[in-house]
Amino acid sequence: MAKHSLFDLAVTVNGTRYERAVEPRTLLSDFLRHDLGLTGTHVGCEHGVCGACTVLLDGRPARSCLLFAVQVHGHEVATVEGLGTIENLHPIQEAFREAHGLQCGFCTPGILMTVVPFLEQNPDPSEREIREAISGNLCRCTGYQHVVDAVKLAAGKMRT
Amino acid sequence: MTKQIIGKRIRRNEDPRLLTGQALFVDDVEIPGMLHAAFVRSDYAHARLLGIDVSAARKRPGVVAVFTAEDMGNDWQPGPPLVSPPPTAKDVVFHSRRQVPLVKDKVRHAGEAIAVVIAESRYIAEDAVEDVLVQLEPLEAVIDLEKGLQAGSPLVHDDLESNLAAHLRQKKGDYEAARDRADLVIKRRIVIERGAAAAMENRGVVAHWDEKSKSLTVWDTTQAPIPIRNGLATRLGLSENQVRVIAPFIGGGFGPKMMMFYPEEMLIPWVSMKLSRPIKWIEDRRENFYATTQERGQIHDAEIALSGDGRVLGLMDVFLHDTGAYDPYGLTIPLNTQCHLMGPYDIRNFTSDVSVVFTNKTLVTPVRGAGRAQGIFIIERLLDIAARELGIDLVEIRKRNLIPPDAFPYEHTIIDQAFAPLVLDSGNYWPVMEKAREMVGYAQFVKDEQPRLRAEGRCVGIGITPFIESTGVGPYEGARVTIQADGKIFVATGYGTQGQGHFTTFAQIVAEQLGATVSDVHIVTGDTAEFHWGTGTFASRGVVVAGNAIHAASSMVRQKVLRLAGKILETPEEELELAEGLVRLADMPQKSISLAELAVLANPLRGAVQPGTEPGLEATAYFGPQFGATAFGTHAMILEIDPETMMIDIKRYITVEDCGTVINPLILEGQIHGGVSMGIGNAYYEKLHFGENGQLLNASFADYLVPSSTEMPRIEVGHVETNAPFNELGAKGVGEAGAIPVPALFAQAIENAFYDRGLEILEMPLSPNRLFELLNEEKSQ
Repeated sequence: MAKHSLFDLAVTVNGTRYERAVEPRTLLSDFLRHDLGLTGTHVGCEHGVCGACTVLLDGRPARSCLLFAVQVHGHEVATVEGLGTIENLHPIQEAFREAHGLQCGFCTPGILMTVVPFLEQNPDPSEREIREAISGNLCRCTGYQHVVDAVKLAAGKMRT
Repeated sequence: MTKQIIGKRIRRNEDPRLLTGQALFVDDVEIPGMLHAAFVRSDYAHARLLGIDVSAARKRPGVVAVFTAEDMGNDWQPGPPLVSPPPTAKDVVFHSRRQVPLVKDKVRHAGEAIAVVIAESRYIAEDAVEDVLVQLEPLEAVIDLEKGLQAGSPLVHDDLESNLAAHLRQKKGDYEAARDRADLVIKRRIVIERGAAAAMENRGVVAHWDEKSKSLTVWDTTQAPIPIRNGLATRLGLSENQVRVIAPFIGGGFGPKMMMFYPEEMLIPWVSMKLSRPIKWIEDRRENFYATTQERGQIHDAEIALSGDGRVLGLMDVFLHDTGAYDPYGLTIPLNTQCHLMGPYDIRNFTSDVSVVFTNKTLVTPVRGAGRAQGIFIIERLLDIAARELGIDLVEIRKRNLIPPDAFPYEHTIIDQAFAPLVLDSGNYWPVMEKAREMVGYAQFVKDEQPRLRAEGRCVGIGITPFIESTGVGPYEGARVTIQADGKIFVATGYGTQGQGHFTTFAQIVAEQLGATVSDVHIVTGDTAEFHWGTGTFASRGVVVAGNAIHAASSMVRQKVLRLAGKILETPEEELELAEGLVRLADMPQKSISLAELAVLANPLRGAVQPGTEPGLEATAYFGPQFGATAFGTHAMILEIDPETMMIDIKRYITVEDCGTVINPLILEGQIHGGVSMGIGNAYYEKLHFGENGQLLNASFADYLVPSSTEMPRIEVGHVETNAPFNELGAKGVGEAGAIPVPALFAQAIENAFYDRGLEILEMPLSPNRLFELLNEEKSQ
């Protein structure tokens, strides 16, 4: 391995504390995917437009391809792996399944991580508000309609 | 038999894995000792390669190897042709020039790979790409299709006399005679430019050559894992059983992942064997814009001859098709265009002449729609212009020309993309168009609402566009269906999946036959170790071709189940039914045996299997359609345009589709929504801008605008079902349908909105800017 000065990074991801020595230039997306093996976060453009790599940084959505891992030192990150499990889906995940809010599923983790804080702030959004909230997440398969339906359904599930 | 499971809105089997981040995509594959690849690519579109100096790259710590064309020795060969060449016939010209693994003598498009760097991390590999010194002598680039065919044009392939890659003329009836007796002849030049497929997942390959077991495992974002395995085995001197290709979860395909072989697809496995190490290469978005195939570029000179009452007497279309730097995909796209130029209309006299042109641009292979959208755009534009000239309503002129329902199967006497006669198997077009007209409220809008809004100064337009889509073509697909000892059902097919919901629709087809629960049917697709016969995911053929193979295999298993259960339950087979994972007496349901018990009994550990029978409850079947199943539909739209910004607000968007038997309406609607969104991109947002030197000027998602949720309208979907007569499921494909009529519909509705400006739209894609320019050109004329 080439010699680079490494940075001792400590970060909490999905409630687990990780300590790793990383190159300062390592992107957060690569750190999550390849250092921690959390491959649910996907990388679609690496220039911050497509939103597939969206994670929560201290509860707010952030593009993990536009952050260096060292920038999250001492912070809390949440990824799709921290939502529900296959046996026990989170209500938002359940709603996406019921409303067919995903096709290839590549952009889905980023959309889910955008929707989580959105519904916390706006538990009963209108279609317009939903469309604006997810407008930073590109999806090539669904035309967004079933995604919008899924968010609406999720909002209903979470209010009850 | 009434269907119990086919036709139901069933949620998808594959979703839990995808929703929790547990689904395996190619970039998720991690293997101990894995190395990473990055490519040195040309900045020039056309240049002579004078020399490469890789010495600095090789010295960089962490770099394991650098390979150039020279280093490949005799293993350097152009890729195999992807489809068969056209039959040798008079007037058919076809020059096959296939992509090369690494540039040897001359760069033919910007982004073409020149060298590959292998390093301990992707970061180091990319650093080392910068260390490679490439000496290129830039040449004038062939960008414009017409100039490319002029004498004296620079040549993409120096050994050819011109940039003509192929030429084909198709004829039906006698167009010249039809023109002579026509009351109206309309002739227009129509230009359609390139777009990208822009799947959210870029391409990627992980190859793992295991020296001890002498086996190669490849994870590939391909739509065609089986042909990739076969091709790799041939090229790498391996037996097919030494190569396993896995197309795991794929983040969208849309056509370009059907291209075989991309240079990287051959190189990464080759490097893995050279170095005896696992190698990963993941394309980045910029590379995707330069090195992943694109589509749509064509220039048409089209002419239509009509009688005074709006009947089409004949159509002539001479067009140029941009194939990019190489043409491994043969004539598929231009043939599809020719086969859709007549759309759903009964046109007796037709001539079409296509010249395929090599350019110094990225390769062209099918993108969702695959030449069909262009054909539909041409005929629909001509009909709109004709309707205006003749003073006929735009729905009426179409109604007068539709192929009547009693004319099917309708033979066009031209050849299709497989060089077989073009036959439209079935159809009933008017009810679909009528339904769309009713859903959008055409009569009321045109009569009351539009005049009222126009009086308020608002710029509102309506469009209604029918189309057809040839789907479900051969050669074949296959599947193996097995009832396991636990009663669950395992299905293996070679048909790859990229988000279409096959894990569910295929499971529904099986469950229908075997009385199982859909979630108990486990589908494996795209793993050559599980099933190694098949072609690939293209031409909207999943449900039609693979679906019918799965249906046939399930029916065979059903027969085996009934035979065995009849014996055990001492009941004639016809008195048995399959439901809830059981075989039971139809009139005495308490007398039953489970599929699990039957599976165990069918595979005994002792005793003798009866001569002429096979162990297990398993069957393998194939389906190869003689010709495709032609789906059809109509889209309608009401839009409002802001005359200051030219931004479009889609007020209503209606689709009515007829794709035969619907397996799962929820998934079907998803397919249509997605297709429409790609069509909207093709119509109003997505255009690849090539500079005069052949560089792509908008190679990022910041500059190339894929529709987002705020550009997309809510789509109202209507269905009509005309079952396909030539396959047992009665199904037609639908994957591409949504995208096909959208540019034609946009042009129609925009013209309608600017009805008083004499606007004629003869190009796609548009954009707010371009529409502004067009309107101001009209003004200045």
